[in-house]
Amino acid sequence: MIEVRWHGRGGQGAVTSVELLALAAIEEGKYAQGFPAFGPERRGAPVMAYNRISEKPIKIRSGIYHPDVVVVLDPSLIGLVNVTDGLKPGGLLVINTAKPAKDLRDKLKYTGNLATVDATHIAREELGVPIANTTMIGAVLKATKVLKFESLDAPIEERFGRIAARNKKALKRAYDNVKIAK
Amino acid sequence: MGKRIGMEVGIAAAEAVGLCNIDVAAVYPITPQSHIAEHLSDIVHDGRIDAEFITVESEHSSISACAGASATGARVYTATSSQGLMYMHEILPIVSAMRLPVVMGNANRAVSGPLNIWNDHTDIMPQRDSGWIVMHAENGQEVIDMTIQSFKIAEHADVMLPTVLNMDGFQLTHMIEPLEFPTQAEVNKFLPDRVPYATLHPDKPMSMGCFNMPEIFTETLKAKDTALINSKKTIVKIWNEWEKQFGRAYKPVETYKTKGADTMILTMGSMGETASVAVDELRKAGKPIGLVKLRLWRPFPLEELRMAIKGCKTLIVMDRAVSFGGAGGPVATEIKSLLFHDKDRPRIVDFIMGLGGRDVTVENFIDMVARAGKKKDESYEYYGVRE
Repeated sequence: MIEVRWHGRGGQGAVTSVELLALAAIEEGKYAQGFPAFGPERRGAPVMAYNRISEKPIKIRSGIYHPDVVVVLDPSLIGLVNVTDGLKPGGLLVINTAKPAKDLRDKLKYTGNLATVDATHIAREELGVPIANTTMIGAVLKATKVLKFESLDAPIEERFGRIAARNKKALKRAYDNVKIAK
Repeated sequence: MGKRIGMEVGIAAAEAVGLCNIDVAAVYPITPQSHIAEHLSDIVHDGRIDAEFITVESEHSSISACAGASATGARVYTATSSQGLMYMHEILPIVSAMRLPVVMGNANRAVSGPLNIWNDHTDIMPQRDSGWIVMHAENGQEVIDMTIQSFKIAEHADVMLPTVLNMDGFQLTHMIEPLEFPTQAEVNKFLPDRVPYATLHPDKPMSMGCFNMPEIFTETLKAKDTALINSKKTIVKIWNEWEKQFGRAYKPVETYKTKGADTMILTMGSMGETASVAVDELRKAGKPIGLVKLRLWRPFPLEELRMAIKGCKTLIVMDRAVSFGGAGGPVATEIKSLLFHDKDRPRIVDFIMGLGGRDVTVENFIDMVARAGKKKDESYEYYGVRE
């Protein structure tokens, strides 16, 4: 089982990200959960959302405290929220940022696996908005190989309808451009 | 059955209702039930089912509208949570006394105050004595299955009682997980049309829910109690029918790895799943621990519980509500009372936990088992409380 924690700000679509990833996993025949950090919705405030993905039925219904993967949708959260909190040794941090990996490592005092992509830039170009939630799924897929890339097709079509193609393109660009550093 | 699809459980609850050929829904939205209200409203609005969705101004009205509609012979549904259920409280015993088979979904949430929107069982416990059938679902699949079963149970000629299906707020309602839906044809085969005992109709006037003088009130209440006690037989029969048609078994009391267990954890609702992982880990470590899950809270399945806990020396009851100034959590209090005369009854340890969204992890369950082993008496404890 792989556990993922997403950090974003209210309104940036972290919940949509976990929904799409869970739906894609289930579409693939796997078992999955997607859920928000339960509570009222707060636009702009730091929020979290979670995924569990497994080959076997998932029984645990408590929160995720030791994720295998942490995804940061909004670079402004770095330094504000302890994004590496509880991240498993050998885990992976995926950050939406234009900065070089070294800057992030210094700031976070983090030496583990790191994947970076400028998803906001891609989202601006492809979608016309700085909302990087679907784009970042591409980076997560490449860095974790947890699901097949095509498994996202159906959930994205279903969710975005006429703007699905642009979301898929943004996702593909993040998939192709994510920089993965051990 | 189709293949597994991913869906949020709250949405799935509404979809399940959509398969049940309802005539009337009266639902007032409240967190964390809102997605049920919204999605069921969509299903009716989009013409996917031929039903009336009454947009009421409160829960007191939603349950009253359901009572009125049910009295005309309609199949009705409502859903609520927390303060909404508290606001319905006044009407609940009237619905059961009138033997109206209203089906309700309750997205369990803490009752104010202080205000808290997260999950526990403090909303359903004050409704305990309302004369409703009270069931708890453990996961999203059970929410779908038990919603459909609820109509058949409530409307059965040998039951004719309202039912409330509890699904933990957020932990279940806001979870996207893999689910299987029966087809419309399969549900039609399982769920017959409602055949009401009596119906309100302008052309054939009659009175329902009449005033009771002291000479008859006691008899009416005893009749309700008897009806509720007797309903268990039909509930079990309908669950057996479900298992035969769909392959998924439902029992009033579920057991997990209880064989040879001298210590058992007892849960209601979604925590049973997390507790089962704790049991797996304790079993792996060679500890004889089992899990008992109460699916049916009213009528209380005493005989089934006795069977389930045979050989158990320590029963650790997980209570998600408190009877303030009383004997502890309502589930443990009830079980202690019912087993009072049993010579071989286990020592009952009562943990009050998971209140107002306080998370309970696998490690917490393992810790509670260890603590229970050290406890000398049967006093209750607020697990993990900071003092």
